[in-house]
Amino acid sequence: MYQYDAIDKEMLADRVAEFREQCERRLSGELTEDQFKRLRLMNGLYLQLHAYMLRIAIPYGALNSKQLRKLAFIVGAYDKGYGHFTTRTNLQLHWIKLRDAPDILAHLAEVGMHAIQTSGNDIRNITADPHAGANADEVDDPRIWAEAIRQWSTFHPEFSFLPRKFKIAVTASPADRAATKVYDIGLRLHRNDAGELGFEVLVGGGLGRTPYLGPVIRQHLPARHLLSYLQAILRVYNRHGRRDNIWKARIKVLVAGLGAEGFAREVEAEWESADAAQVDLPDLELARIRAAFTPRNFERLPAASSAFEAAKAGDPAFARFVRHNVKPHKIPGYAIVDISLKKPGETPGDCSGEQMELLADLAERYSQDELRVHYEQNLILPHVKLDDVPALWKALGTLDLDTPNRGLVTDIIACPGLDYCTLANARAIPIAQQIAKRFADPALAEKVGELGIKISGCINACGHHHVGAIGILGVDKKGEEFYQLTLGGSAEADASLGQVLGPAVPANKVADAVDSMVEVYLRERKDGERFLDTFRRTGLAPFKEAVYASAH
Amino acid sequence: MPALIRWTGQRAEAAEDPFTNVVDEEPIPRGDVIVSLQRFHNEGHRLLAEGRKVGVRIEADEAVEDIAADLRRIAVVALVFPKFLTGQAYSSARILRERYGYEGEVRAVGDVLREQARFMVRCGIDAFAPTDGSTPEAWSHVANRYRHVYQRAADGRAPAFVERQA
Repeated sequence: MYQYDAIDKEMLADRVAEFREQCERRLSGELTEDQFKRLRLMNGLYLQLHAYMLRIAIPYGALNSKQLRKLAFIVGAYDKGYGHFTTRTNLQLHWIKLRDAPDILAHLAEVGMHAIQTSGNDIRNITADPHAGANADEVDDPRIWAEAIRQWSTFHPEFSFLPRKFKIAVTASPADRAATKVYDIGLRLHRNDAGELGFEVLVGGGLGRTPYLGPVIRQHLPARHLLSYLQAILRVYNRHGRRDNIWKARIKVLVAGLGAEGFAREVEAEWESADAAQVDLPDLELARIRAAFTPRNFERLPAASSAFEAAKAGDPAFARFVRHNVKPHKIPGYAIVDISLKKPGETPGDCSGEQMELLADLAERYSQDELRVHYEQNLILPHVKLDDVPALWKALGTLDLDTPNRGLVTDIIACPGLDYCTLANARAIPIAQQIAKRFADPALAEKVGELGIKISGCINACGHHHVGAIGILGVDKKGEEFYQLTLGGSAEADASLGQVLGPAVPANKVADAVDSMVEVYLRERKDGERFLDTFRRTGLAPFKEAVYASAH
Repeated sequence: MPALIRWTGQRAEAAEDPFTNVVDEEPIPRGDVIVSLQRFHNEGHRLLAEGRKVGVRIEADEAVEDIAADLRRIAVVALVFPKFLTGQAYSSARILRERYGYEGEVRAVGDVLREQARFMVRCGIDAFAPTDGSTPEAWSHVANRYRHVYQRAADGRAPAFVERQA
């Protein structure tokens, strides 16, 4: 993966020095909290319900073992011994002290990490397909382009004070593992009929109060023009996006107002009048970045592994893990291994320092020193030999990292919710825990099959509830926590927004409601149908009837 | 005359401001003036004929394209930042410098704070009326803090990808 060179490192060193100085001005009283707020919010530092929260960027979700060990050290030395992986593939520390923040940034900089642009109205951390470099169906490595965007967008002089935050996701595979349809800009690499590499450019997707799936504004942008085209989009947005109302400030509102075609015309006109050659990366620099992501030295192995097959045949628990957490790799004899951070009863996305240490060791030993973060709040070891999977699985089990539930009903996305967040109306984590406990029996979870439950503690939708097959949104009703249910959402290639089931239900009825809906699905499903497929065929009616009949 | 901070290309220096910023309700005083876009459209020709220097104030929601034809005669473009977080004028500054090749003064007015210095300088703004009492030394410190940049802008600095090829 990409290694920071002297220039990248000096950028981080300068950032640490700047932030240290800003913190000192605050701690000495030279700056008031109000004056400091707009500075710290450019550094990923939030003041939450109980403490400061620091959001650490993990660009395109890629980590090596050295970085993960450093994160383990930081959560032990400066936090309560764990961190929280988010739906933006960042890591949040929820219990830090302001005076420690500059030292934490200095530690991060040692391993080429930072908290740059993890908050503020700027271009946020770039996300990409977490299977990049490992899955067979990608047309190119999306990390090359995500890294190019990371550099271009870092401290961008024109786009650091946008109307609102701005998120970009990149995929290079027809299966969308980066939720590109619900991003401010979704970039889908593909080849045209002439075999040329280009981006399908989607703009104006998003969740939050007004969810949209992003429309395509350009079918095939030649790949080399990516940065100049992004500049054109951002400039149109910076100049014309609304700033009078925070709920109307995202680019999706501008795109919806102008229409996708109208917005595209503005972008094309801006793009034509700027000098693209000044913005686009020269071939030499692209080649330098590409070289950092060239395939590792994979061994020539047989496609099947007898050790792997024997372990599957000999141990039903291992076989179950393989069914749900082991995915095909583009190289024969290798596999992509999903690590679930969703053990029923635990907080989705939380990872302890001890677990991070173990995962760093395992990444080093079994996965060419690479680990990825999936936006569904799970981790991935992308390059594991099939021969090694049984031993890896045993090692994962020593710290509860072997939960065989990727994509299943217990693999729940949940934002931090009212347990931590000042914006939340309701708690999300305990709801996730209650539901997961209902389906804690792995055989039951497996019987139910693929079912994405996504929970947000408020309308900002950090838990992606709009695109959950079952979405759960916390709302406040006269001081009490209620939960609105939506059905039929997906953030993948078949993206769709969920439909509201009916009136919100109280906190102690959410797990019952999910139970009832799962029962309807099991009753109604036809061969091979996922929950989502059954819902798309039957519509809301049977689910609605089951949930509200039992409530009366 | 109120003090300005002027960017020389390397550092910030204190400078006198010979211009009077005229709000729309007030009569035009003698000497060099900065007027609104509307007033420039109505009275600019006459003011320039009087032999004085004229600047134009562009509000955040106004387009610099509207003065493109007159830029050769305009001594100052004053870009308004109504609030720290309001960022349209960064685009306006780059368009003035990079698209129109404007070589006159581009001035930041409004809620202008030292933390913006490095962004403003990079976008081609070369005069500042800070509201936080920043000294030229503080301004230079912030504007020069970063040893590298990742992208080209209006300041001519070589981005990382050019440095790497050197």
